[in-house]
Amino acid sequence: MPADFPLSLLLACAAVLLALGSAGSALGTGRVPGAKILMFLLLGGAGAAAVSAGLLALASPDAAVGELPLGLPWLPWRLRLDALAGFFLLVIGLVVMAVAVYGPGYVRDFEHGQDPLPVLGAFTGLFVVGMLLVVLADDAFLFMVAWELMSLSSYFLVAFQHEQAANRRAAFLYLLMAHVGALSILLGYGVLAAFGGGFAFDAMRAAQLSPLWGSVAFGLAFVGFGMKAGLVPMHAWLPEAHPAAPSHISALMSGVMLKVAVYGFIRFTFDLVGQLQWQWGVVVLVVGSLSALMGVLYALMQHDLKRLLAYHSVENIGIIFIGLGLGLVFLATGHPTAGVLGLIAALYHTLNHALFKSLLFLGAGAILHATHERDLERMGGLLRRMPWTGLFFLVGCISISALPPFNGFVSEWLTFQTALQSWLLEGGVLRSLIPIAAAVLALTGALAAACFVKVYGVAFLGRARSRRVRRARPVSRGMRLGQGFLATLCLLAGVFPTTLLQWLNAVPGQLLGRGLSEATAHGWLWLTPIAPQTASYSAPVVLLALALVWWLSATLLRRGRVRAVRRCDPWGCGFGSGLPGPRMQYTATAFAQPIRRVFGLLFHVDERVERDDAGLRHQLHVADRAWELFYAPVVRWVQAAARQVGRLQSGHIRVYLGWSLGTLLVLLWLIS
Amino acid sequence: MNASAWLLVLLQALLFLLGAPLLVAWVKRVKARLQNRRGPALSQPYRDLYKLFGKETLVAHTASGVFRAAPYIVFASTLLACTIVPLLAARLPAAAVADVIVLVGFLALGRFFLALAGMDVGTAFGGMGSSREMLVSALAEPAMLLAVFTLAMTAHSTNLASVVDHQLASGLILRPSYLFALMGLVLVAVAETGRIPVDNPATHLELTMIHEAMILEYSGRHLALMEWAAQLKLMLYGVLIVNVFLPWGIATRITPAALGLGLAAVAGKLLLLGVLLAVAETGLAKMRLFRAPQFLNFALLLALLGLLSHVILETGA
Repeated sequence: MPADFPLSLLLACAAVLLALGSAGSALGTGRVPGAKILMFLLLGGAGAAAVSAGLLALASPDAAVGELPLGLPWLPWRLRLDALAGFFLLVIGLVVMAVAVYGPGYVRDFEHGQDPLPVLGAFTGLFVVGMLLVVLADDAFLFMVAWELMSLSSYFLVAFQHEQAANRRAAFLYLLMAHVGALSILLGYGVLAAFGGGFAFDAMRAAQLSPLWGSVAFGLAFVGFGMKAGLVPMHAWLPEAHPAAPSHISALMSGVMLKVAVYGFIRFTFDLVGQLQWQWGVVVLVVGSLSALMGVLYALMQHDLKRLLAYHSVENIGIIFIGLGLGLVFLATGHPTAGVLGLIAALYHTLNHALFKSLLFLGAGAILHATHERDLERMGGLLRRMPWTGLFFLVGCISISALPPFNGFVSEWLTFQTALQSWLLEGGVLRSLIPIAAAVLALTGALAAACFVKVYGVAFLGRARSRRVRRARPVSRGMRLGQGFLATLCLLAGVFPTTLLQWLNAVPGQLLGRGLSEATAHGWLWLTPIAPQTASYSAPVVLLALALVWWLSATLLRRGRVRAVRRCDPWGCGFGSGLPGPRMQYTATAFAQPIRRVFGLLFHVDERVERDDAGLRHQLHVADRAWELFYAPVVRWVQAAARQVGRLQSGHIRVYLGWSLGTLLVLLWLIS
Repeated sequence: MNASAWLLVLLQALLFLLGAPLLVAWVKRVKARLQNRRGPALSQPYRDLYKLFGKETLVAHTASGVFRAAPYIVFASTLLACTIVPLLAARLPAAAVADVIVLVGFLALGRFFLALAGMDVGTAFGGMGSSREMLVSALAEPAMLLAVFTLAMTAHSTNLASVVDHQLASGLILRPSYLFALMGLVLVAVAETGRIPVDNPATHLELTMIHEAMILEYSGRHLALMEWAAQLKLMLYGVLIVNVFLPWGIATRITPAALGLGLAAVAGKLLLLGVLLAVAETGLAKMRLFRAPQFLNFALLLALLGLLSHVILETGA
């Protein structure tokens, strides 16, 4: 390592090396005692180093650059750590730390099973290395290498439990989509490199693109990164692949890997292309709104907990892209304050989603570990059996439902505030489009709340619906600690938004040359994104007031005439004295039934009642419409094209030689 | 100025706490008169609350901590939402702590725990109530946000105090956007406070109840808090409608005379609104649950029309 690296970059490199070390030590698990602990220790160290590198980068006024003695002879790998990269390092580091604490307890299941732990550990390490390098890369070559490392190692993690055919299928679909996306990104970089004269990001930044070529590059990048991020309609792989991986990997994939795609999009669009056009913002806004709404509606229809959470990732990525789209529109039309606010809102939601989605996936993993159950319909009453997991999961549910005073609310509040600046714009179309996006965001938030009432009410409240769930035991201390860490961060990010915003301000400060100076000008107590008279929110006071009213009403009532609480049976609905059975409870499907009816047109619902010897069977299958609308035609085209190409295959070697000769001639003519 | 303003916030919270049962009693009384009944006395809700606070509190064996915490969270979040809405005076310092989006957030927080509490005991009714409540709110909440966004965009502020100030300053102009937003908000208020035609506060019929199904297992002080919170919510929506859309009479300076006038004005407006609600509830029948989405979509459409007519017609360059 060269000695002239700045401290932040050194720490970032240390994070990469530690993650590599974790991957290496994983190979010893099962044979060398202590290798498992070392593996997670190194992973946690990588997370901590990434967090500190990120914080240093956010605090320092300019970017740290360095060169690695690796790569192609004329193109050494260049690293660059600016505020944007630092922020994403922070996001990655926080989740990796939580996963490292959580992991040892969770992988105990795999130690004695047939699934090899060394493979899991090694690819986890490589996966983290890939994500860190993507964020640090300063040229398209290293970026793509790291991107592929990330995609391929996560492919092996998705295919980890490959005995099940569904997992193999999910992994293949993931691999396919990841590579179509990567191809699109590569072409996007190709456009920039052609105009900039080099693969280094510096050269691309200096490139002068015509509006048409700029739009082509933007479109390619949007498709490529959007595919990785899981935007509708390119999301189909996401709800298949994320649940298939082990739960702590699902947390990394949903919590962090999608964010790396968001990073790529921001880097490409806001930094490298530079000359923004408002039409791009409209595209991003529309696709983001669509993703948010479809994501949450499909999530409501799921009863597999991990699949449900994966669909919620589609929703939240949509919300992030709504923020980015608003930012693009405002920046391109010359309203930098509102534009920066949109970008900040998107970044804030990126951090929040990383925190609460990882928390929820870790919680789902804890349930899976304790009960071997992913189906909501067989859960119930887990709060009594796993009180800590129940509490942390509740924090995650409140955060993702965007309820004050937790973190999800702050970022949605900021997004709404950006949308409310649409009066600045000229032209009725833009001005009316943005309020509609705000309406979609509001609907999404309310539906997400409904969905998490369903999840928490069915899984953790009520009574157990199956024997395995009735016998659930609390998970190990490390697993609880990992969840508790993220839950605490969710609360902190919700209560101290202004402090966090001060750090976040460095990102647009370096990227666009201006931050939100007004937002943090009134002390840590007040969040005032535009101006104090426009909007203000004081999360600490809100939390304090909530606690005060709660405490006051509880103490006053306890002094009342009757203090004791008597336990009794719930009302038996007229069925005599006995308790109605657990099967009388509302199920997850029943809970979502009214919403399925109201939004029925958007789903492919296959519902039928069959009569056989055993009695009546009710079958319900809700499928994603994206398959029939988007994927099936593509598959048909590919097959039709393949049939046309197949005509070449005549079986005569002379024909093949003729084709080869012809190709050679054409190529020679082209290059001469 | 500052200390007295915060005292005013406390006074306003107290007025909400004391006035909310009265408003409910008033609506019940007018409704009874319209239906040729005598109806309960105006003091009846107070007596009910007093009785419930003195009763033993029963909690089902199957209930968890969420069930016991929910009444306090619902009550606290609703009360805090009330402190943000200008009741007597326009310039409320609490409005700076939490703007109108936070107000919607507070109501959502209360509803979230209310619905969770419904599912906690593990009986069929609670889940049914929660499921329906979340359907209604999922459609009502965006409509409400859009309606308040119309106001916020006109005033260039989401701070309710500034919105009221702006309304007072601009005088009575008949704007199409306000009319649409007002109609949208009224429909949302009817749905969110569980009134006819979306829900019936007086029913315990299994097939139709929403709010009552969720709090079916509550008793004693828990039930009292839940009932009180529901009454607060009705008054909150009432004040939001009358004071934000028609703020005339509200105190702009903190003097006893101005506050007295503000109190008289808001009381008069609320009583009138109560009569209108009673008339509407007498004239309408409760809808089937699956008609409710149409009702709410209409509210959403009205609110969206309000916002669109504002951004297209009224923000001329």
